[in-house]
Order: sequence, then structure tokens, then C-alpha cells
Amino acid sequence: MTDLESFRSETRAWLEANCPPEMREPMRDESDACWGGRNPVFKNEAQKNWLEVMAERGWTVPDWPRDYGGGGLSPAETKILRQEMARINARNPLMSFGISMLGPALLKYGNEEQKKLYLNQIARGEIRWCQGYSEPGAGSDLASLQTKCEDKGDHWLVNGQKVWTSYADKADWIFCLVRTDFQAPKHQGISFLLFDMASPGVSTKPILLISGYSPFCETFMDDVQVPKDQLVGELNKGWDVAKYLLGHEREMISGMGLGGQSGSLGEAFGDILADDPLLRADIARFDVDTMAFRAMSEKFIDELKAGQTHPAQPSMMKYAGTELNKARHELVMAAGGSNALEWESVRSNKGKNAREWLRTKANSIEGGTSEVQLGIVAKRILELPGA
Amino acid sequence: MPLYLTDDQAMLRDTAKSFMAEEGAIAKQLRHWRDKNCKDGFGHGLWKQFAELGFNGILIDEADGGLGLGHVEAGIVLEEIGRNLTPSPFLVSAVAFVEALKGTAARERWFPGIIAGDTVAALALDEGPKHRPEGIEMRAERSGNGFSLTGRKQFVVQGASADVTLVAAQTDEGLTLFAVEKGANGLEVEGVRLADSSIGARLTFDNVTVDADAVIGEVGGGAEILDRALNAGRTGAAAELVGVGSASMDMTVDYLKQRKQFGKLIGEFQALQFRAAHLYSELEIARAATLKAQQLLDEGSAEADAMVSVAKAKAGRTSQLAVQEGVQMHGGIGMTDEYDIGLYMKRDRVLNELFGDSAYHADRLARMKGY
Repeated sequence: MTDLESFRSETRAWLEANCPPEMREPMRDESDACWGGRNPVFKNEAQKNWLEVMAERGWTVPDWPRDYGGGGLSPAETKILRQEMARINARNPLMSFGISMLGPALLKYGNEEQKKLYLNQIARGEIRWCQGYSEPGAGSDLASLQTKCEDKGDHWLVNGQKVWTSYADKADWIFCLVRTDFQAPKHQGISFLLFDMASPGVSTKPILLISGYSPFCETFMDDVQVPKDQLVGELNKGWDVAKYLLGHEREMISGMGLGGQSGSLGEAFGDILADDPLLRADIARFDVDTMAFRAMSEKFIDELKAGQTHPAQPSMMKYAGTELNKARHELVMAAGGSNALEWESVRSNKGKNAREWLRTKANSIEGGTSEVQLGIVAKRILELPGA
Repeated sequence: MPLYLTDDQAMLRDTAKSFMAEEGAIAKQLRHWRDKNCKDGFGHGLWKQFAELGFNGILIDEADGGLGLGHVEAGIVLEEIGRNLTPSPFLVSAVAFVEALKGTAARERWFPGIIAGDTVAALALDEGPKHRPEGIEMRAERSGNGFSLTGRKQFVVQGASADVTLVAAQTDEGLTLFAVEKGANGLEVEGVRLADSSIGARLTFDNVTVDADAVIGEVGGGAEILDRALNAGRTGAAAELVGVGSASMDMTVDYLKQRKQFGKLIGEFQALQFRAAHLYSELEIARAATLKAQQLLDEGSAEADAMVSVAKAKAGRTSQLAVQEGVQMHGGIGMTDEYDIGLYMKRDRVLNELFGDSAYHADRLARMKGY
């Protein structure tokens, strides 16, 4: 047996022994996800155990170095772990912006003390992070952000407002873009700052969305004092960190286009489609697109691990994945007919279909709009002029 | 297996890329034979050159004199064929026909000629204007120690110049495949030039008698062999479509960087940038789906059937988008025969129809998924 084959059989046996049966059921909705944090909310004992045993092994972040709480796995081993988890439908033990966004940025730009402290906390799910990027006047033009950060000698002083901060009201810490130089060109006066959401002067206000839910907040900073060692990378060079992190955010969001395990939407709606040839055709074409995109995602991840991707490729993935996810939910609504319109009934699981459909409309806005992504592809990959 | 080319495959790609750009170029092959009104629509000299490079034996086992490689490698050659619109019997002869004969006694008769670039093979499947292999009606009745074939076939690519044609017909035992040689009594071949200037053929069989050893595999065992040949042909056509689409996009993006209107390069206009970027995204996805189908076929995976249809459907629609955007963004010059972009549009149309269009394959996928 090769090393990889024995790794696969060991992993399979370990998962079999350690993944609780409840954690092999598909998640019914977002509330079934485990987010960890200082005051974690577990739906049941199984969820808590699953996080603990996976974190103990470093497998919440299997490819991070062991010193930072990771599993130290190679790309090939990581792929095998994911395949074996998928094989038994094992849930992701920890949903975390720390893992998907901040972690990769810290690995590249953080100093040793920052990596040791923050990455270990992230790997164990001890701190829940949120992202302070957009502002009321800085959406697609993110680099025009105005949140002010002053050097007060022994601390930074932060004043300003962020918006679309996902789960800011539930987060423990924030990674935040702030302006540290108002004279420099807009991209060259930005710094990347970390601070505790419990700091005096930080407040949040949830925003009610068309889905009826409030996954996003406004976040206000009013004379917030931040220790000097919580700035990541160099002063005024935060845009590099911000862009690098955005690449990882876009990768994460692109995964939304994948849907369930089999990748076929039509399978779930067989009876209705038999009487509706045009809808069946739309869904069949959609299934072609989904399965093709699934292959694209696999290829993208394989190339990423091998260092073969174009740096702007996450923009293409984000664009394609989110547009696909929106199309999926339009078709789910069409196939559901009037059943899918119910908003509050128990029968409809409190309007799950309708609310998710509306939620997906944000996919092509958050993390950079589809138009922003197309512009990046045009400029950086196709090298079109003046883009 | 990671979903990108291995080092060996990347080397093959580099070889195929430079060879095809040089020897298979549009001016040297497609336009040359078209303007000569060549009855074959391709050059036999190039087919010999393919053989010298080993391309023709890519899918043939080493024990039979081939390279013993797989669908990924065949696809690498086909993508370059697509990029250069290189007319050749490669897809039908060295991919689909070879795959059908694998493991059968007939391979000893036909593989040496294909490996050497001396033999051209064709597939006679379609009986109407659309690809419907499930509905093949042509009959083969027992006669003497063999069979007698009667019926019509169309869209037989390279059928006019084929030394041997694989014919699918119904027997009492079920679908059966026959190798019918050139010049058989009662076989009428009408060569027809297609929109892309390749030569297809309409075949009429009037009591064409063949010996028992013309049967490929078992009598009544044709469906399984045909599936294998079609998986190879469809995946190969997908790879060629990816090449057609990619070259169209590259030409078009280059044009956007050269053409000026309103005092600007037209590539500066966001309306065109977004469409070009969308096309890039679709092509990346089509290429990934095609590579995935090739790998699954090479692994002998049960998931290959579905992915083959995904690849053919996705590559077909994407290439179609690429050539349509290509002609539109080139403007008036894109409508001229002198300019190459229109040739890509014609080739795309033919490849889309070959072995089933995107609607056929979306429907096939839906059936496989039970709806």
C-alpha cells in the first residue's frame, strides 16, 4: 500500500469511529452550522464532540501547519480527508470566517506572535471573527473607505462605520480595514487592524433584509482604543492584505454554486418535471452547468494547491459560482410552485425555500459584485485595455 | 488524480501545440484543401505525419503497437486540432473507431493501418438529421455465413474516403456492429461537402453482404461497444470544441486590443469586456468538465457516462457562445471569408451536431438522473 492509500484507510477508520451519526445528517439550514466562539451555541452534544475531536487532530484546518493548530497535511492528504468526509456526508465541524478568510491572510502577512495566538484560536473555534470591509460610501469602490485610525503613541484610535458586517452581532473579534493616511492615494493609506468587538466604543445594529432575516449588521466605532500590536502587515500596506483575503473570500463564496452531494437538481423534482417539459429542459441544462462547475471547482482547488492558478482566478470562480447559485434557487422556486411561496407555515419550514431564494440575491453582490469580478477578469486575465 | 495535466501530458501538449500550429495551420490545411475542392477534405500527408508522431496509436494498447495512453492524451491532440481547425480523420478513426475495436478480433485487421496513417475509418450511425443512436432501424439479415445489410446512413464523417466503415444495424439478436470495407457490392457512397468544408457522406446499403468476421464483438452485442465508442467520440468532440472555442476567444480578445473606434480601443468598452470575461469563465468550466470526463473514462469509473454528456453539452454550448461572440465582436470583417473567425463558426456547428448536440446530452443526463 502506498502512503496515501494507508492514509485513506486510516482516515476512513478514524472518521467511522469519531464522527457522530447526527453529524452525518445534512444540515437543514444555516442555524445547524457550528460557528464556535467565546460563547459557543451547540445544538446538541454531538456537534460539540465533533468540533472537539476534529480540532484536537488539527482537522478543522487540515492543511495549516501543526504549530498553528492545523493538521499539517499535504494537499493530496487534504483532498483525501475531504473525499472521505464527503463519503459519509460528514458535516463541516466548524464554520468560520477565521478559517476561510482571516487565517490565510495571517499565514501570509502576520508576524510569528500573531500567527501563534490567532491561528490556534481559530483552529479550535475559540474566537468567532467578522469582517469589517464595506462602508456606507465604499461598496464596489472599497478602497475609498474612510474609517479613521490615528496613532496615539501607545494605542490606535478608531472612529467610523462599517456596513454589511456578516454576523457582527455574534462575533467576538473583527478584522477591519481602516484609513491610516488621508493624504496618500486611496490604495496606499489603508491598514489592516484586528480588535475585540467587546472593546468600549464598538456597537452593532442588525439590518433587516428582504429574506426577513438579519445576517448582516452596521458596525459603529466610536473612539475605540486598539493595542499597537494588533495591526497586521505594514502600516499603510493593508490593501495588499485586503486583496489577498478577498481572493479567499471569493473562493469560499464560489463553493455555493455546488449544491448538494449528487449535483443534480432534477433528481429531487422528478414527479413535477414529468408534466412540465420546458421546466425539465431548463433544469437539465442547469444540471449540466452544475456538474461542469463541480469539475471546475475540483480543478481550481487542485491547481491552487499546486500553485498553478492565475491570481485573479478566484474572481472567475466567484462570478460563476454565485450566478449558478442564483439560477439554482430560481429553479427551486419554479419547481416548488405555490408551495414554495409560503412564508411562515411549519409545512414550509418557515418559508425556507423563499427566504433562501432571496438570500442568494446577495451572493453576486457581497465579496465584490459580479460586475466587479468580470472587470477583474477582463483586466488581469484577458489584459484588456483601460479596464 | 489531480484535475490538471501531468508533466508527461504537458509535454505532449507542447508537442501537439507546436506541430498543429505549424503543420496543421488553417492556411496550410483547411483552406488549402477547401480551395482545391479536395474530395476527401483533408490531407493524407498530414495523416501520415500524425502517425510518425505516434498520435494515431494513443488509444491503442502497447501490445497492439500503440502508445497505450488514454482519453486525456487523445483530448490534448484534439484540443490543438480544434484550435487550428485541422482537418483530419483523427477523431473518428483514431478515437471512436479504435475504441470500438478494442478487445475485439477485428483490431488485428485494422489497427496496423491506423497506426501507420494508411487507413481511414468512419462510423455510420445516424439515419436522420439528428443523432439518435437509440433509434437505429437499419437491418442486417443473416445470409450465408454472414449478413446482408440494407438501409441508409447519413452524416458519416470521412465516409467518402474511408477504407472501412463501422455500421450499426439491428439483427434478430439486437444491435450489432459491422466493419464494411470500401467498395463493397451494393454500397453507394455520396460524398457531401458540409458547411465547414469537411466531407460527410450519405451511404445507401442495398443488400450489402459481409462475412461473419465483419461483426465487431458479438452478434447482438453492439450496444455496449457502441456506448464505448460514443463515450470516446463525444469526449473527443468536447475536447475539439474546447479548442475551437478557445481559439475563437483568443482571436477575439486580440482584436479587442487592436481595433479602434470613437478614438478608443474597443476593448476599453465595458460592454465588451464583460462579455469577454463571461466567455473566459465559461471556457474554463467547459475545459474542466471535459478533462474530468476524460479522467473518469481513463479510470473506468461508473460516473463517466454522465460526465461525458456534461462535457459534450457544456463544451458545445460554450464553443457556440465563443464563435457567436467572435463574429459579432469582429464586426463586418468577421463576416468575410478572408478572415478566419467565420471558419470557427462553421466548424463549431458541425462539431455540435456530431455525436449529439447539447440538447440531446442534457436530455440524456436527465434520464440518467431519473427525470
